[in-house]
Amino acid sequence: METLSPDDSAVVRRIVAEHLGRPGPLLEVLHAVQAALGFIPAGAVPLVAQELNLSRAEVHGVVTFYHYFRRSRPGVHTVSLCQAESCQAMGAGALTEHARKRLGIDFHETTPNGRFSLEPVYCLGNCACSPAAMIDGRLYGRVTAQRFDELIAEDSAAS
Amino acid sequence: MTVTVYVPIDAGALSLGAGEVAAAIAAEAGRRGTQVTLKRNGSRGAYWLEPLIEVVTPAGRCAYGPVTPGDVRALFDADFLHGGAHALRLGPTEAIPWFKGQQRLTCERVGIVDPASVEDYVAHGGYQGLKRALSLEGAAIVQAITASGLRGRGGAAFPTGIKWKTVLDQQAAQKYVTCNADEGDSGTFADRMLMEGDPFVLIEGMTIAGIAVGATQGFIYLRAEYPHAHAALKTAIAAARHAQYLGADVAGSGKRFELEVRLGAGAYICGEETSMLESLEGKRGEVRVRPPLPAIKGLFGQPTIVNNVVTLASVPWIVVHGAEAYAAFGMGKSRGTLPIQLAGNIKRGGLIERAFGLTLRELLYDYGGGSATGKPIRTVQVGGPLGAYIPASQFDTAVDYEALAGIGALLGHGGIVAFDDGVDMARMARYAMEFCAVESCGKCTPCRIGSTRGVEIIDRILEGVDGERNLKLLEDLCETMVQGSLCGLGGMAPFPVQSALKYFREDFRARVN
Repeated sequence: METLSPDDSAVVRRIVAEHLGRPGPLLEVLHAVQAALGFIPAGAVPLVAQELNLSRAEVHGVVTFYHYFRRSRPGVHTVSLCQAESCQAMGAGALTEHARKRLGIDFHETTPNGRFSLEPVYCLGNCACSPAAMIDGRLYGRVTAQRFDELIAEDSAAS
Repeated sequence: MTVTVYVPIDAGALSLGAGEVAAAIAAEAGRRGTQVTLKRNGSRGAYWLEPLIEVVTPAGRCAYGPVTPGDVRALFDADFLHGGAHALRLGPTEAIPWFKGQQRLTCERVGIVDPASVEDYVAHGGYQGLKRALSLEGAAIVQAITASGLRGRGGAAFPTGIKWKTVLDQQAAQKYVTCNADEGDSGTFADRMLMEGDPFVLIEGMTIAGIAVGATQGFIYLRAEYPHAHAALKTAIAAARHAQYLGADVAGSGKRFELEVRLGAGAYICGEETSMLESLEGKRGEVRVRPPLPAIKGLFGQPTIVNNVVTLASVPWIVVHGAEAYAAFGMGKSRGTLPIQLAGNIKRGGLIERAFGLTLRELLYDYGGGSATGKPIRTVQVGGPLGAYIPASQFDTAVDYEALAGIGALLGHGGIVAFDDGVDMARMARYAMEFCAVESCGKCTPCRIGSTRGVEIIDRILEGVDGERNLKLLEDLCETMVQGSLCGLGGMAPFPVQSALKYFREDFRARVN
């Protein structure tokens, strides 16, 4: 297993220390680790387990249970496309196909240049403006293929 | 003199460019040397008109929409700051027909107030419920909720007062109030709109619940897909704490109530109440076997109220206006109002709060204006991904828990997703199984394995392998999942499949891809 760099270890230890004493803190800790490091490195699991007095299996079990927690570094931009029924009713399937072709990747993959990760999401709560997408926490509604290309171009230019 | 302009900060409005519109208005006002006070409100819920902006005139709020940044200069030219005529002018907001017939109780302030301001909340009647609750015995508050007929708006429709009574009757050193804000059903966004547009009403509702049953700690379990709601809740909780509506001495009563938001992490199953409690405890969101009920042994083993956002947000209105006033709305055993969410392939989608009893047809055509594509609406799915598909022949069914149950459907959280006649119902059935496979917590076999087998069987049907035999097998599998699953995910995921088989069997034919 890859070990964490001393800097990252310090980050993880600090995060755990901030949450110690609060009831049931593991999810909160993992959210903070992912916010700080971009994902949850395998090397963080034993460290979090030790600091919270949990077994590695318990921490690994939680990390792998939840779709939101990543175990690999994401691209610069994370593009989430809603796959749920309301968006399907408004062409999410075709939009997803377009995005796959445009980025040259499938769901859960990152472009070779490391710029974009593509993720499915099951409802963004924007169902009256379907199809919906989220890019780096920004929500978009009534996304057409053309709008998708514009957003990708903007994000490519911005970073 | 400065003119106040409201531009929504609701995530749905932002997704259509409300942020850019606000910036354009500020810039144009600066360029012209005009005084404009921009206020950011929630959405009124008419998403087809978003971004919908409102100008405060002596005659009230005047709406314009949908506004793009490119319209802003022309709006200034038309003197929109004084309600001037323009193609986008909609007139007094409340007079727009789509809003006029609505009965907004729970969402009475959504889209009207500044969601970051506790002062604005109080100025619009906020915290009157808490004030009244603090003058009552806990049992009297619980009795009022019971008498109002309020049922859980998350989907299970369990009588809220009975749940509260159970928690009230427990002897425990610590009790909890938890809010299930894991609004994962496709086609639903009422929780999000409430949290973004009027977060204090949820905070007040939870505080009243805490006072009623003797719980001193609340948790809001919010889905990670709602970053805007997260920000709104954190701001509102800090403001409520600062104004001493939360903390060790709630509104000077000497009673304690603390509140914290915790984020989920993208697991649909965590909307199931026991799974949510596991997740709040920092564990895998696996379903617990009941009994014991959460009201007896819930969060960290303590008596716990688990209610949906809309349920808790309905509490202040009931406490202020009385149980009878609330129960006067609705029909049969479905009392009060329901924020109905119209979504999918629909021309005028959004949030419609009305008393129970409206028919699907009225919603889809009078409010919704038919499909967005202009084609006939072939079916609607009501109640999220576990809800049945309802064919057009049943659109005269009332939106009411019992009426929908009567046709083998469910109301759930009140989301209605419309599909035009281009929908492939075999694909939608396959999706229901696929979704269940992705989201199954894995604890019980019918759900974990059954959903994957379901996808495979539908694939074989579509490939033309043993069509009739596999259709029979699919029906059998659905029955096994319904009867044998531990919770509603595996137990209800077959509903959309069964309804598709029942009403749209012609779609389950072999095809060439």
